[in-house]
Parts: sequence; C-alpha cells; structure tokens
Amino acid sequence: MSVSAISDDRSTLKSRLRRAERVQRLRAIGLVLPLFLFILVVFVTPIIILMTRAVDNPEIADSLPLTSAALANWDREDVPGEDVFAAFAVDLVAAQKNKATGLIGKRLNYEMPGTRSKVLQAGRAAEKMTAAPYKDAFLKLDPLWGKIETWKVLERASHRNTTFYLLKAVDLQWSANDEIVNVAPDQALFRDVFVRTLGISTLVTFATLLLGFPLAYMLATLPPKHSNILMILVLLPFWTSLLVRTTAWVVLLQTEGPINDLLLFLGLTDERLQLIFSRFGTIVAMTHIQLPFTLLPIYSVMRTISPNYVRAARSLGAGPFHAFWTIYFPQTMPGIAAGCLLTFILSLGYYITPALVGGPTDQMISYFVALYTNKELNWGQASALGAILLMATLVLYAVYNRLVGIDKMKLG
Amino acid sequence: MKKNLLTTGFVAAVAAAGVLASVAYAADGLTVVSWGGAYQEAQRKTIFEPFNAKTGSAIKEEEYNGEVAKIKAMVESGTVSWDIISVDTATALQGCDDGVLETLDYSKILDKAKVLPGAALDCAIGSDVYATVFAYDTAKLPNGPASIKDLFDLEKFPGKRALQKNPFVNLEWSLIADGVDPAQVYDVLGTPEGVDRAFKKLDTIKSQVVWWEAGAQPPQLLADGEVVMTSAWNGRIANAIKEGKTFKIVWDGQAPDLDMWAIPKGTPNLDKSYEFLAFASSAEVQSALAPHIPYGPTNLDAVALVDPELAKSLPTHPDNLKAAIPLNPQFWGDNGEELRARFNTWLAQ
Repeated sequence: MSVSAISDDRSTLKSRLRRAERVQRLRAIGLVLPLFLFILVVFVTPIIILMTRAVDNPEIADSLPLTSAALANWDREDVPGEDVFAAFAVDLVAAQKNKATGLIGKRLNYEMPGTRSKVLQAGRAAEKMTAAPYKDAFLKLDPLWGKIETWKVLERASHRNTTFYLLKAVDLQWSANDEIVNVAPDQALFRDVFVRTLGISTLVTFATLLLGFPLAYMLATLPPKHSNILMILVLLPFWTSLLVRTTAWVVLLQTEGPINDLLLFLGLTDERLQLIFSRFGTIVAMTHIQLPFTLLPIYSVMRTISPNYVRAARSLGAGPFHAFWTIYFPQTMPGIAAGCLLTFILSLGYYITPALVGGPTDQMISYFVALYTNKELNWGQASALGAILLMATLVLYAVYNRLVGIDKMKLG
Repeated sequence: MKKNLLTTGFVAAVAAAGVLASVAYAADGLTVVSWGGAYQEAQRKTIFEPFNAKTGSAIKEEEYNGEVAKIKAMVESGTVSWDIISVDTATALQGCDDGVLETLDYSKILDKAKVLPGAALDCAIGSDVYATVFAYDTAKLPNGPASIKDLFDLEKFPGKRALQKNPFVNLEWSLIADGVDPAQVYDVLGTPEGVDRAFKKLDTIKSQVVWWEAGAQPPQLLADGEVVMTSAWNGRIANAIKEGKTFKIVWDGQAPDLDMWAIPKGTPNLDKSYEFLAFASSAEVQSALAPHIPYGPTNLDAVALVDPELAKSLPTHPDNLKAAIPLNPQFWGDNGEELRARFNTWLAQ
C-alpha cells in the first residue's frame, strides 16, 4: 500500500465525514426551519410593519401631489404664492373626483381640529374655480387658507414620513414656530395612560406575589395528596377563558351583586360600594387572572429546594424567620423573578378586563390601540402607541436584566 | 410521517371547505349588519325572514356598534364582506363624503317622493325613525326625573346615570341642561365656546356616569340597579316595558334620528343588495316594524298603515316631538370626527 493511497483514503474519509456532517446539519436546520419561518412571518414581520406604520404618512403626498411638490420650494416665511394655490386647486378637483377630500380633511384634522369640513368645502369650491387668481379665491373662501400655520401643517404633512404620530403618542406636537412643544392640556392624555398602564401592572404584579408566594409554599410543602387537590383549584381557573372569568367578575362586583350583598349582610358597610367600573375592580379581576402566572414558576422552583438547608440553619441556632429569610427565600428568587416578569409584561397588554370591569379612567394603553385601530381608523396613531409601549417594555426588560439577571430566572 | 401527511391533508381539506363555503355563501346570500338586540330581532321578523321567503336568498346577519372604521377598512382593502349596513344619518353622510358607501340609484329602490324629507340621501335610505331618550325605573323612583335638567341634577336625583359612549346627544343634552333652547343647540355647539360649555356641563356629572356602547346595555344596567337612569334608544326601553319591566321613557329633549340602510362600496352582490333595499323600503314591510319595536317608518305610505294607538309610542308622534332636539345630521357629519376625538380624550382624563 503506497503513501498516496493512504492519503487518498484519508481525504475521501474526510470528505465523506464532512458530507455526513453537512447532511446532519441540513436535517437539523430543516427541523428548526418551520418554527423559524413561523416566528418570522407571524411575529417579526408584523412588528416591523407596525414600526413603519407609525411614521408612514401617505395621505397628503398621494392626494395632493402637485401641492406637495409646489410646497417643497416654499420658504416657510409667509403665506405661499399663487403657484401653490393653483396647484392646490388642481389637486382638489382631482381629489373631489376620487372622493379623497374626506381623507385629506381627516388627516389635517389630526393636527388642526375643525379643518375637515373646510377641506370638503374647499373641494366643492375648487370645482367651480375656472381661472387664476386662485389665491384670492381661496382667501375669500375661508380665513383658514390665509394663515401661515395652515400651510406649515400642510407642508409638514406632505412628506411621506412623519414624526407626528410618535410625538402625539407622548403628548407632544410641532408648534407654529417649528419647535416641539406639549399639546394643550385638554388634549394631553397618553403620558397619563402610559403611567397608568405601568402603575396598574406593577400593582397587579405585587398583589399576585403577595397572594401567590404563601400559596406556592403551601403547595410545595404539603404532602402530594393534599397539594394535588389544591393545585387543581389553582389550575381550573387558569384553564377557563379570560373572557368568562372577566364576565364573572362583572356579575360579582355589581352594585346589586353578591359581594355588595354580603358586605351589607355582615354589616361591614352601611351602603353599597362602587366596586365595578372602578380601579379597584380592575386590579381585583386582573390579579385573579394573573395569579397562576406568578405562582407556577415560584412553585416549581420551591419544589426543588431541599428542606435540609433550613433544618441545618435551625440546628445552628437560627430563629424560624431568620432561617426562612436568609436561607430559604434567596433560593426562591429565580422563581419570583420569572413569575413577576411574566405577570408584569402580560399585564401591560391587558385590554378586555379593564374595558369590561374598569371605568373610563382605568383604561390602559391597549384600549387606545384598539380604539384607534377599530373605531377611529387612525392606524398611524395606533402603531405609534404600540411602538412606544414596545420600546418602554424593552427598556424595562433591560433594567430588570441588570437588576435580577435574566439568566438567573427559572420557570421550573 | 404518514400521520403528518394525514394531518396536512386534513388541514388542507378543512381550509378548502372553509373557502368553498364562503364562496358558496357569497354566491347566494346577503350579509346584513345591524345593531343587535331587540332591534335586530324585530328586523329579522319583519324584513330578513320575509325577504328570504320571497326571494330564496339567505341572509347572514352580523352585529356591530356603529364602527364605521371596519367598513372603511373593508372598502380600502377591497375585501367587502358586508353587503348591507344599518347606519345613523351622520355616518351615512360621512361615509358618502369619504367614498366608502355606494351612491344609490333610486330607480332600483323606490320613488324618492314617497320618502320622508331628509330620509333619501345620496348614499343611504331611511329604514326607520328612532330616538335617543332617557329612562328610569318607576319602581325605584316613584317621583322620577321629568326633564334633561333632572338628568344632570345630582342633588335631586343622586346615583349613577348611564350614557352612550359617544358625544352625539350627550353634548346637546349638556347644553340644554345648561339652559340652551333645544332649537338653538346646534348654533351654540357650532362654536368652540359652545363645545367647551358642553364639556364643562358634562364634567359636573362625569364621576357619576357609566358609559354604554351596545344598545342592549341600558335596559340591562337599569334592571340590575347599576344606574338610576339611563340614556337609551326608545325601542329598547319600550321592549323592556313589554317584558314587564317598570321603566318609564322621558321624552323631554329626545333626539330623533334615522336608521338608514347603506351599501358599502364594492360589494360583490350589488344587484341583490338593491333588491333588498327595495323590499325593505316598501310600505308594507316598513309598517310591520312598529308592532315589534316602536320605531316609525320613513315611507310616507307606511305612516298611514301604523295603528294610531301604537303611533303614540313612536318618536314621531306630535306629543313626543314637543321638546325634541331638531335633527341635524349635517352638523355631525361635518364635526363628528373631531368631537369624538375630543370626547375620547375627555373621557380618559
């Protein structure tokens, strides 16, 4: 056998091994690919689309193309000249034909309340305008068209991308002098709603922890015969639909409902309390729904903690509380961290429960996302609110990671 | 592997069946969207079922609470699955301006001269006259409220009130409670100061208001004792009374309005939709509605066919119209969007 034959053999062996490995790898990728594609299609892509929708601004650019082009050379110093008004008139006539004036009016209305009807009126008037000077005709039609602010808004809205929705989502807007300022107090809303969303989520997280920790301890330490029955009691509501449980709370919390009846019967109150359509009701219902999410990770971590540590501490002279606090509790931290994060992030997105059990001042950010999506059809605003919530959640997650360490969490 | 193939095949089969079923539905059925509850039940008995019996076309019903946005989204994306929608007048006008509703060809429906003035719009035809009123439970309040002022009087009538989650009617009532004459309401509301004034008056009862969205809620809230009085569409209260409830309607400051039929632009069933509109607008079909729910007809020939005793419970009866707010859908068509935006902000603050 020659040397070359051996090396030949080796190289074929190598290449065969490589081929075998490649097949293995391809098979592995093939197995993961469906999940990867699924996540890409139903999770990543929608989020990217949502982000772009928050700055997407096609209405004016599409419906008033000539005006947008004419405004591009405008100096923003004074009311535009005849060329812009002439372009505006031509655009409006075309918009009247395509029934797009409503859309233009709607878009301008976001920034200048009260302009919708004036755009519709201008559209009808433009059809009757036959010759220049168009500027005078529009100025006569309505003082709105002679204001420099109107044209500044129009010019800003004529770009294909806008910061308007994102600014509005945090109660900011562009002023007449092109500076970013706070919106008028009677329109300020979203900062409060974001704070409210975070506040309610924090409260619910603490409430579930307070209720869930002792319960998890009991479940983890009782003999299986009893703990299994209790576990079923925890899991049964967990398997019931969220809507059903929320509606049950609606019945329970009613002014003439069983809880109020019971309180009166026991003499704890002398008049019926407003439990439903209130912050209290919202917190109670959300806590009930979120309890298993906090409890189960804590329970599964507690199951793995050996009782010997606490016994050892006690035998060395620690008091019961001291032993619990210094030995047992730190070991449950990964479960607490996981359960609380899960509940907090899920709570941020609550919509149905506050909508049914809360009052108008208990609505969280999802309610407004739904309102702008379904009722107002202002998808730019809905996307901007969603984007801000996503950003806030990611920032909180990063802070949490710093404090707790995500790698330390255990879901079981 | 074999199992996987089976599963895939099964899923594909189900999906195909679903597609086929929806195609089959689109081919011979009409989807009609209305306001649910007692109103839609009355429509089912007097319009949908007779139409089905007469033409053989199945009617698929859906319910909504006036979410115009859904219609817009359908029209803009070119997937119109609603053939006929029931809208209020302001929505009909706004939808016409925005180009989401078909412009109606009245030659395919009926002679415009046979219709109540203002009920034959470019994009919608009146189906009935309803009113937003307010009501209370006589069993709980023997000396109940009698005027809009009482609705806003928390001292005389303490307790929660339910109002519709919508500025329409609420702003008008606020001004009336603040001393504005019903005939002047829209002149005042047309000014920024007037809007401020209305919201300021609404502020005075804000803490005591429960907001309803679906028409079936007000009688429910009243029956549960959740509120002492509530705004509602008159027919819903009338039907609750028919079922033995001790409710009473207060006609003071009633806001009459039209329910209208409209066709979303781009429905694949346009001819059949016209057939439906012609049927639903005919005198005999319209006059059949009132015995089921006290809403007045819009077809002038139908007015004569309504039993005079029954006519007393309709919003259009002269006695009930005495202190009514004059109908002004144009105002809401023009200003609805921004007033709704301001209302939603005010609500959440």
